[in-house]
Amino acid sequence: MTAAAPEPKANMGTPVPRYDAAAKVTGRATYAADMPLDNPAYAFLVTSAIAKGRIDRFDLDDARRVRGVIEIVTHENAPKLKESKLFSNGGYAGTTIQPLKSVEIAHDGQIIAVIVAESYEAAREAANRVKVSCTVSAPSATFDSPGATTAAAKGQNAQFKEDPKVGDFAKAFEEAEVKLTAAYDTPAQHHNPMELFTTSCAWMGDNLVIYEGSQYVYGLKNGVAEQLGIDADKVRVVNPYVGGGFGSRGSMTPRTAIIAAIAKRLNRPIKLVPTRDQGFTITTYRAETRHEIRLGASRDGRLVALRHAGFEVSSRPDAYCVGGTKTTTRLYACPNVDSLVSIVRADRNTPGFMRSPPEVPYLFALESALDELAVKLDMDPIELRRINDATNEPIDGKPYTSRSLMACFDEAAKAFGWSQRSPQPKSMSDGDWLIGYGCAATCYPTQMAPCAARVRLQRDGRTRVEIAGHEIGTGAYTIIAQTAAERLGVPLEKVAVFIGDSDLPPAPVAGGSNSTASTCSAVMMVCDQIRQRLLKAVMPSDSLADKAKETVGISPAPSTQAAKSDRPLDIEKAFDALGVGIVEEYGEWKPDGAPMDSFTAMHRGQPRFVGGHQMKDKIAYAFGAEFVEVRINRFTHEIRCPRLVGAFAAGRIMNSRTARSQLMGGLIWGMSSALLEATEIDERYARYVNDNLADYLVPVNADVPGVEVIMLSEQDDHINPAGAKGLGELGNVGTNAAICNAIYHATGQRIRRLPVRLENIEV
Amino acid sequence: MRPFSYQRATDPDMAVQALGAAAAANNPVTKALVQPLAGGTTLIDLMKLDVMRPAAIVDINPLARGWSAIEPKSDGLRLGALAKMSDVAAHAEIERNYPVIADSLKLAASAQLRNMATLGGNVMQRTRCSYFRDVSYENCNKRSPGSGCAAMDGVNRMHAVLGVSDQCIATYPGDFAQALIALDAMAEITGKAGTRSMPFAQLHKAPGSTPDIETTLQPGELISAFSIQGRWPRSVYLKARDRQSYEFALSSAAVALDVQDGAIRDARVALGGVATVPWRAREAEALLKGQEFDEALARRAADAAFAEAKGRRHNSFKIALGKRVVARALQQAVTMEI
Repeated sequence: MTAAAPEPKANMGTPVPRYDAAAKVTGRATYAADMPLDNPAYAFLVTSAIAKGRIDRFDLDDARRVRGVIEIVTHENAPKLKESKLFSNGGYAGTTIQPLKSVEIAHDGQIIAVIVAESYEAAREAANRVKVSCTVSAPSATFDSPGATTAAAKGQNAQFKEDPKVGDFAKAFEEAEVKLTAAYDTPAQHHNPMELFTTSCAWMGDNLVIYEGSQYVYGLKNGVAEQLGIDADKVRVVNPYVGGGFGSRGSMTPRTAIIAAIAKRLNRPIKLVPTRDQGFTITTYRAETRHEIRLGASRDGRLVALRHAGFEVSSRPDAYCVGGTKTTTRLYACPNVDSLVSIVRADRNTPGFMRSPPEVPYLFALESALDELAVKLDMDPIELRRINDATNEPIDGKPYTSRSLMACFDEAAKAFGWSQRSPQPKSMSDGDWLIGYGCAATCYPTQMAPCAARVRLQRDGRTRVEIAGHEIGTGAYTIIAQTAAERLGVPLEKVAVFIGDSDLPPAPVAGGSNSTASTCSAVMMVCDQIRQRLLKAVMPSDSLADKAKETVGISPAPSTQAAKSDRPLDIEKAFDALGVGIVEEYGEWKPDGAPMDSFTAMHRGQPRFVGGHQMKDKIAYAFGAEFVEVRINRFTHEIRCPRLVGAFAAGRIMNSRTARSQLMGGLIWGMSSALLEATEIDERYARYVNDNLADYLVPVNADVPGVEVIMLSEQDDHINPAGAKGLGELGNVGTNAAICNAIYHATGQRIRRLPVRLENIEV
Repeated sequence: MRPFSYQRATDPDMAVQALGAAAAANNPVTKALVQPLAGGTTLIDLMKLDVMRPAAIVDINPLARGWSAIEPKSDGLRLGALAKMSDVAAHAEIERNYPVIADSLKLAASAQLRNMATLGGNVMQRTRCSYFRDVSYENCNKRSPGSGCAAMDGVNRMHAVLGVSDQCIATYPGDFAQALIALDAMAEITGKAGTRSMPFAQLHKAPGSTPDIETTLQPGELISAFSIQGRWPRSVYLKARDRQSYEFALSSAAVALDVQDGAIRDARVALGGVATVPWRAREAEALLKGQEFDEALARRAADAAFAEAKGRRHNSFKIALGKRVVARALQQAVTMEI
């Protein structure tokens, strides 16, 4: 693996080093729990050891005797909080299970008490000394558990609007020359970001400051305000750096309002640092899924029928649903399509977003099934995809704004050496190791949401960009700075970026891979407002100003090149003409097709997404192709993955260094998702067993010796002014299928259940 | 974690005295109120998890001056118990004459842990059973005798198939101990009455009806050294695991052979990842001794090693896996160039 940043190709930004690199590698970056507080008290959570039942009694005597304990909060004395609806139903919460409200316990690891003490150590010791008696009921853990209920997703979840279908699937499948029916399973998984789920709350009179790693500071601010019953303008959420999100910090968890309310009651700042295992139950996770795929094809490989039925686990009260059929029914040209998504309710905490929530499980099923079909057809799996490549999606017939799927397959195949593959299973080996090659497609919807920004320019070129975006490790600081520098024509080192603070202009949730497109489009627009003011100053006539507007391209400016190359602007001269010291502009950008209430919703912390299949007259996705080599030890059956090669096309690449890192991380996670990661559930108790980083395996360096990322040039002028398709969630989709396809090639054994472990291999 | 007092022992007498002072009769050493601290990689971990709740810690790291020597000799090897895992693993003479030891150490834990952890602490490492390590599960006979075993019918993929009882199926997690037991190592124990020597094989106790008693060490006793007779250049440690590094064995085999003129004069086989204690497969050894090696013999020996194995819901695969690991380790040992 080489460390050098890739040379940018056409329509790619320069790979400038990360804006925050020095701060991070020197430890100067301040994460939420690093923020200094004045005389804080420390909170520690007590969580339930049962998944279902009632609290009969607490015995707190031992805990209270611990020196330094200030307060023990249980349902008996907890501050009253208002409810918040689930984010998908117009609220902010990732779960409607509100702890400390009653004696009811709805899932394993539910918060049942909060200890507040003078030190973290005292709070934790007291937590260990809390005794609780419960009446336990038998919980339903997962699929097939007694008491779990199943119902169609449609009608339960406001965001799941349709089960896509077109044509006559039943007839076409019946008549198909070649048929495949197969079932696939994916496991529960947890994000495990490095930064724990900490929260610090400090009140200044009626104003609350929250330090918490969040992927949505405006959502959290509004959500906590709603729960506390106060004006959202009195709440500020601050997190200049976030130690990994992966979806886990996208919606509000119950802990925040509880800590805020206790801090208010005690009139003292409170810092909460939960443990790693508590993170498994006080936030969200990727729930386990099941799939049944039916494919019908003609002898020559054309798909004639496709059906995808998905089943997803959720909690009792909340119908969380990823509904990946919206993508899998539209990926390939097929005239007869049917689908159905169902939700299975069990006694679990509510699941939520996890990197590529729909695509990871649903494309595992579809891309595995396509490989199985290719085997049935005795056809190269790449050719099968080429035959069924689509320019228009089959459900509504809308054209893709751009689609480089096959170009990605061709580039990746070349770099990987696919032509060296002998197609026969079990035909390649090296000493003790059976070798398999496999591939799969990846795709991810291109999404944008309304976003605001404020930019301030000084005569000497110093620029300050303010936007309540989020640096979750993706490179947000860097590309926002690049965008402003390019657009204003100022040196990059003169641009200062301020993000991660809800007192700044609102940005959408850092989720759905929308951040780059949304924040950079907003920054471009506001920079153009500044340029327009400056140009007006040096060219006062209306006609010239109009010309300026045209040349700097304010509205949907095709992607592109730096404005400075369009029209050089002498900033100093313009400032002198204006006679001011600072030019500052604020602006609110929204994507084409955004609803009327976009901007008011934006300030309320509710993003109005546009993109994917939900655009008018078009459909926008980023695509890629992933190739893997697996090696399976003949004796131990250990499965290793020495090579991962991915080729991706995602519109304009803002920075080829940060983009590559995201895609590389995605490939590694994709491998991990296939071979290592699973949250083990003890079905008797509906409890997570391996809730720590020793037992929940993620790859170490030795597991990923070779990862190659190829980025293709792609220009798309139909998506957003930045011309960027989100790629943060593109890299880890399809990898799981590519791995199983490679395992089939190595062993002749088709594995349809993840993760694949050595005991699943029979050679 | 609960409050505890901390004391540094500057010489062995002081350590032994401090450790023995609060020792209660019939209290297993793991529950002693005073615990020795070496590398701390297990003890501190379990204290944070509230599994171990010592009232006092005696830091024995100052004893490293006398207890960390790595001493290869013409007729054997002596290893101080406070030698760091990484130092022993990288020692040229150990790599040459005792590859099973070097490899068992290299394949254990992570570089950072190996730099901290000591040999003595490593063999005393406690099980990774999730139910043992999580005090919110009430039923663990190892933590609370008589409370039951949550792992028996729970998530038990990592658990043992050999040396199990109806009280406990927790796996002994280490690697190095398999090398020691295979090579008939002696453990040097320092206590109130001075220093005694005992076969390493007598250190660990299978769970039986008392899974809370894990070793024969008494409170106030410390392991001060290990010693091994002879040299074992034809030896291997093979470890099968879910990821390539920094992971416990699903199955491992420590194999040492003495092959002369095509015949196996002496054979040592020990198993890891599959048993409740470091496991010597003497039945396999008996089959191998005096025979000429071939694959069928290796398979018979492997079958013998697992003849008594008992699988549960998620860990039955370890029986077939373990046999293949043993057979492969034997093959590697026979064919290695020395």
